[in-house]
Amino acid sequence: MARAQELAMRDYVQEVSALTMRWVHRLRREKFSMLFTLVQPMLFWLIFFGSLFQRAANSEVMQAPNYMSFLAAGVVVMTVLNNGLSGGVDLLFDKENGFLERLLATPIHRSSVIISRFIFVMTITSLQILVILTVAYFFGVHPATGLLGIAVVLLIGMLFGIGLTALSMAMAFTVKSHGDFFSVLGFLSLPLIFLSSALVPLSAMPTWMSMLARFNPMTWTIDAVRPLILSGWSQALPRIGMVVMLLLVFDALCLYGSTRAFRRAIG
Amino acid sequence: MGRTVAIETLKLAKAFGDVKAIEHLSFQVWEGEIFGLLGPNGAGKSTTLRILLTLLRPTAGHATVFGHDVVQEPDRVRRLIGYVPQERAIDRFLTGREHLLLLGSLYHLPKDETLRRIREILKLVDLEDRADHLAKTYSGGMKRKLDLACGLLPNPKVLFLDEPTLGLDVQSRLRIWDYIRRLKERGITVVMTTNYLDEADHLCDRLAIIDGGRIMALGSPAELKAGLGGDVVSLTVGAADMDRVESLAKSLKAVPSIRAISTKPSGIDIRVESPEKALPAILDAANQQACRLEFIEYHRPRLEDVFIAQTGHAIREEFPSGE
Ligand SMILES: Nc1ncnc2c1ncn2[C@@H]1O[C@H](COP(=O)(O)OP(=O)(O)OP(=O)(O)O)[C@@H](O)[C@H]1O
Ligand SMILES: [Mg+2]
Repeated sequence: MARAQELAMRDYVQEVSALTMRWVHRLRREKFSMLFTLVQPMLFWLIFFGSLFQRAANSEVMQAPNYMSFLAAGVVVMTVLNNGLSGGVDLLFDKENGFLERLLATPIHRSSVIISRFIFVMTITSLQILVILTVAYFFGVHPATGLLGIAVVLLIGMLFGIGLTALSMAMAFTVKSHGDFFSVLGFLSLPLIFLSSALVPLSAMPTWMSMLARFNPMTWTIDAVRPLILSGWSQALPRIGMVVMLLLVFDALCLYGSTRAFRRAIG
Repeated sequence: MGRTVAIETLKLAKAFGDVKAIEHLSFQVWEGEIFGLLGPNGAGKSTTLRILLTLLRPTAGHATVFGHDVVQEPDRVRRLIGYVPQERAIDRFLTGREHLLLLGSLYHLPKDETLRRIREILKLVDLEDRADHLAKTYSGGMKRKLDLACGLLPNPKVLFLDEPTLGLDVQSRLRIWDYIRRLKERGITVVMTTNYLDEADHLCDRLAIIDGGRIMALGSPAELKAGLGGDVVSLTVGAADMDRVESLAKSLKAVPSIRAISTKPSGIDIRVESPEKALPAILDAANQQACRLEFIEYHRPRLEDVFIAQTGHAIREEFPSGE
């Protein structure tokens, strides 16, 4: 019995790594889009937005030495948001052009396709976060909790990203066409950013906005990442405990939804 | 006869909402034969295939592949089959070889076995020199070859081909037919769909004519044609007398040696017991209706005639040549 399980495990690892490598191959082929859609926009936010509002932003309100150090956490979590929400789109194209059927006609575990996508999106996101934090470092944003803190930022990012990617996949398996998918995406992503503590603290928002922002998972995540960068462990730890609980519930809900959508889509 | 049953379906049905894609489909495929599902667009061919491939659950009925139920034991079935989908299901950003390497891992083959098979299959489908180019640079025919290569990689006992020659030029079609015959020689059971009558006629050992989700006839092309009996007299009516086609058809109904009449835009097909007896009566009728005939021919029943007799319509709309 143990032997059979070992074999099944070996098969599973083989298929998941092959499927993950497929995404890597594709990314390598799309160097242009890699550079311009993955890395550039977030650095754009950090550098231009960060510099632009340097004088306008009040550091008393921000509770940060400068606006860029306040914004860094927001940009990190926005990266997680964007990558997560668009994480399902390649599966949508696979579904539309029949490639998914070709994969599902092989003797693979049904979850492999999805797991490979999670692994890929999480890895890319983590690399991007590291790039952003490195660039921020050169602009003088030195994380208060050091390397260990950065590791925790990556973990929290993943925890949030898993739920978002699952949501995106649920959408990919539910929508009628990729046109619909992109409309929903466009509709969701800006409000999620503006109605969160990514750009300004809740205390600086009009009451109705801060009310809404309080229910936004973006806010929870940013509020745990920000003290890791700005203030230090003593402020960060209670928030981390809180956000881990909340995100685990969020992930569970999203995964449940995407599993259902997947089951329904593949009959 | 002791032939092994490769595939068996029993009262298979699939509905999408209120659309009944297939209904009451029962047939058997013998091991080692080329079995065709012939039908017009929307007949339910791909749906049937998808059920056999374990990609869709039937709403009723059963299907087995080499004794394994497609719903109960999907994994067993998947290990026996290869699939060549109707759409070119190809990842534009991968090379041909990367497609095959990926599939090798999905079938859990050891690396050296995958490499061996890839070498052999690329040679078979004649794609060796383009194997390391990105699939987006392939022509339609090359994509089809890659599709076929992907279907063959698992070394399947049954290969499912969904409209393997749709949209290909004549040479490519003939070459694909040739590959399919070679697969049969290797003992692979082939189940294919088509809406080309000549393809079904030349390639398939047996076929099921399906229309509106139901099997209308089942047998070898020769059996189906012989089952129709008699010969077919084909009248082509002069362009000026097109409006008389209906009345001519009506008056022919009274002729005793005529079995069936079907009109088409260019004239009338008449199924007769013996052309010698029927021909004078047909000519008389045409004269009486003052319907000028441009062309008369008669032939043994063709698969086209079988299709019309069984379904009541042609497999494709025939477009009268513009004049
Ligand atoms: N996923 C689906 N959802 C809803 N209806 C479907 C779906 N797939 C097929 N159908 C319907 O089922 C019927 C049979 O479709 P199917 O694709 O099996 O036809 P087909 O014989 O393969 O046709 P074609 O020659 O055009 O490929 C059609 O009426 C089609 O609209
Ligand atoms: Mg079809």
